[in-house]
Amino acid sequence: MADGSDDKGSNRPKLALHVPEPRYRPGDTVDFSHIPISEPGAQPRPDEAAEAQETFPLCNDLIRVLGEDNAAHGPWDPRLDAETLRGMLREMALVRAFDNRMYRAQRQGKTSFYMKCTGEEATSVCATHALAGDDMIFPSYRQQGCLIARGYELTEMINQIYSNKADKLKGRQLPIMYCSKRLSFFSISGNLATQLPQATGFAMASASKGDSRIAATWVGEGSTAEGDFHSALTFATVYNAPVIFNVINNQWAISSFSGFAGAERATFAARAIGYGMAGLRVDGNDPLAVFAAERWAADRARANAGPTLIEHFTYRAEGHSTSDDPSAYRSAEERTEWPLGDPIMRLKNHLIQLGEWSEEQQEAMDKELDEHVRASMKQAEKNGILGHGLHHPFHTMFEDVFEELPWHLEEQAEQAIRERKIKFPEGRPE
Amino acid sequence: MTPPAETMDQERQTGEAKDAGETREMNMIEAINSALDNMLERDDDVILLGEDIGYFGGVFRCTAGLQEKYGKTRVFDTPISECGIIGVAVGMGAYGLRPVPEIQFADYIYPGLDQLISEAARLRYRSAAEFTAPMTVRSPFGGGIFGGQTHSQSPESIFTHVSGLKTVIPSTPYDAKGLLISCIEDNDPVIFFEPKRIYNGPFDGYYDKPAKSWKGFDEAQVPEGHYRIPLGKARTVREGDAMTILAYGTMVHVVESVTRSKGVNAEILDLRTLVPLDIEAIEESVRKTGRCMIVHEATRTSGFGSELSALVQERCFYHLEAPIERVTGFDTPYPHSLEWAYFPGPVRIGEAIDKLLQD
Repeated sequence: MADGSDDKGSNRPKLALHVPEPRYRPGDTVDFSHIPISEPGAQPRPDEAAEAQETFPLCNDLIRVLGEDNAAHGPWDPRLDAETLRGMLREMALVRAFDNRMYRAQRQGKTSFYMKCTGEEATSVCATHALAGDDMIFPSYRQQGCLIARGYELTEMINQIYSNKADKLKGRQLPIMYCSKRLSFFSISGNLATQLPQATGFAMASASKGDSRIAATWVGEGSTAEGDFHSALTFATVYNAPVIFNVINNQWAISSFSGFAGAERATFAARAIGYGMAGLRVDGNDPLAVFAAERWAADRARANAGPTLIEHFTYRAEGHSTSDDPSAYRSAEERTEWPLGDPIMRLKNHLIQLGEWSEEQQEAMDKELDEHVRASMKQAEKNGILGHGLHHPFHTMFEDVFEELPWHLEEQAEQAIRERKIKFPEGRPE
Repeated sequence: MTPPAETMDQERQTGEAKDAGETREMNMIEAINSALDNMLERDDDVILLGEDIGYFGGVFRCTAGLQEKYGKTRVFDTPISECGIIGVAVGMGAYGLRPVPEIQFADYIYPGLDQLISEAARLRYRSAAEFTAPMTVRSPFGGGIFGGQTHSQSPESIFTHVSGLKTVIPSTPYDAKGLLISCIEDNDPVIFFEPKRIYNGPFDGYYDKPAKSWKGFDEAQVPEGHYRIPLGKARTVREGDAMTILAYGTMVHVVESVTRSKGVNAEILDLRTLVPLDIEAIEESVRKTGRCMIVHEATRTSGFGSELSALVQERCFYHLEAPIERVTGFDTPYPHSLEWAYFPGPVRIGEAIDKLLQD
C-alpha cells in the first residue's frame, strides 16, 4: 500500500501534489492582464488610529496615487511639495546610477558580489522619507535606497563593497551588507527574515522606555515563508509594538516565483488579517503611494495604535545578484510588460506635469549623479579593491568576536600572523 | 559535600563577595532569583522575558515575585516562540537594553538557534562593534528529574562550538548568583545553563537515596547583595594529587561524592565557564597530577569533553601518565524509564577512576 500499488477496494480519490509553476518561462510571450490594477485614487484612506480591521479591504486592493495622466489622485495623495518630490527623484536616480556603476565594478573584478534594486527604488527611498531620521531601519539586502535617502556617503558604501582598508566593517561582511548606527540603519544579515523579530524587539524596547522612535523593517516576499516572519508578527501584535513590516513583493526570490511563498492563494498584505494587524497593499512603483502608506503606518505606530504590514507590489527588473542570470528561468518580456511602470519615470513625469521639472533637467541630473558616483569610486579605490592587499591588519580578524580577546583567539591570531610571515618572508608588497 | 573551610575562603576571594550584604541560606532557584532582583534594581536597562516568567514566576519559580516588584514592562510573559524570544532580545540589545530571556527548557532552545548563532553571536563582529547583543539566555538543562528526552538534554557543546557565544554553567547557589550577575553585566551574549537537578539540593548520583536539600551547605550561604564571580575562572572543588577531574554542573557533585566514597585523592575542577575556558587552571592541575578524567552528562560524541580531551593532550601530553578518561552520557536520546541507565552515575565514574589509576 505504501507504494500506492494496492488500492483495490478503496473508492477514495487519488491525491495530487500541487507544485506551483510561474506563468511564463524563457522565450514565452508575457501577458500581465490577469493582474488586477486598481484605479488611482479610488482606495479609501482610514484614519491612522482606526481599528486594524478597517484596513483589511486594502489588503486585497492596491493603493495607487499616480495615474496614467501623471497626476496625483485621491485621499492617499501625500501632497508633498515640489522640493521634496525632487529630492526623492534625485535619490532614486542616484541609487540607480550607483547600482549601474557597482554592477560594472563587480564585472571588472573589483569586488566579489553586488545586488541591484532596479525598479524597486521607491520602496526604500520613498519609504525612508516617510520616517523620522532616527527611526530605526532593519533592512534586508536590497535597501541601499534607505541609506542613500539618509545621506550616507557613497565612498563609505564603496569601501564596504570593496572590503578595502577603509571599510569600517573591516572587510568582514559580504558586499552590500552595510551598517550605520549613526544613520539608525541596522547591520544587514545574510540570513533571511532574522531582522523581523529584531525590529519588533527594538520597537518593544523603545515603547518600554517611553521613547518616540519606531522601527521599520524590510523583507522580500519569498522570506515571509520563514518562521521569523510569524514570530515577529505575533510579538508585534501581542505587544502592540511600534513597528512597520515592509514586504517587498518583487515577484521573484532568485529563481522561485512568489507562488512558492504562497502568492497563488493570498496577497502578502492579507497575512496581516490573521494577526489582527493593520495591513496595506500598495503599488510599489508609485513613489507617492509608497510614501503615503509608510507615513500612515509611521503615524499609526507613533500614536501607539500598533504595527502595520505593508506589501509593496513591485517587480525585480534585474537578476537577484551578480551571481544570478534571470534569463535562465523567466521571460525577458516580463520586465517590459510590467504593468506598473518604473518608479523613477513615474515621479519624473509627475514633476514635469506639475511644471516643476523638465527632460533637460533630468538629463543633466543623471549626468551629474553619474559623475558623482564615478568620483566616489575613484576616491574609494585609493583605499584598495577586493583582493589587492589593502585590507585590514590580520589581527582585526580576531577582534569583535567578543568584547575582549580570550586566550584561544589570541593564540589563533598569533598563528595567522605567523603563517603570513612564512608565506611572505620579505613582507607582502602592497 | 562541604569543602574545607579554607577552600571556601579562597573561593570567595576570587569573587567580589565583600560588601555584598547579609548572607542568607538559598537554594539555587532563590540564588538566581536574587541575582535577577539585584540586577533589575541596579540597572533600568535589564529586562526579563520568557514563557510563564511574569505573573506566575516561571515553571521553576526563578522569577517569582519579580514582575510584582518591577512591573510588567520589565518582567513579562512571551508567546511560545523561542525564535521570537531570542530575536526580539537581539533588537532590544540594539536599542540599548540588557535583556535576560528565559528559555523554559534547554531542549526548547533549538527554534531560536538561528537568532543565537547567526545573529546574537555575530552582531558585534559583523557591525565592527557598532551594535552588540548583550543578552544572557537563561535555561534549565540536564536530566535526572524524569523529564524524558525533551526535558533532560545537555546541549552545551552546540553553543561552545559557536564563535561569539559564551557558555556558563554553575554548580552551587553561591556560584549561580555571582556568575549570573557577571553574565548579565557582560557585553557579549551568554548562554547560562542551570542544572535543574541541583536547583533544590546537591545530587551525589545515588538516585535511590532520599534527595538532599541545600540546607546546611556552605555553598548555599548566599549574600543578599550584588557580587560577581568572574567568567573564565574555574573553581577548585577539592585539591588532590591522584588525578584531575574536570566537571561542571550536576556532575561536580557526583564526582565529588564518588571520589570520596572510593577514597581517591582527586583534584576536582568545576569549570564554571566553558567559553572562555580557564585553561591555566586545567594545565596546572593536570601537570601536577599526571592523570585526567572528564565528566559530563551530555552525549559523548562531539561533546565538550572531546574538546577538553584534545586540549589536555595538546598541552599536557608529556605530563600524562595514562590516557585521558571521558565519562559521559550515552549517544542516545535521554530515555524516560531508563534515565538512570543513561546518566553517568557512580558506577560509570567509579569504573573510569579505577581504569585511570591502573593505567
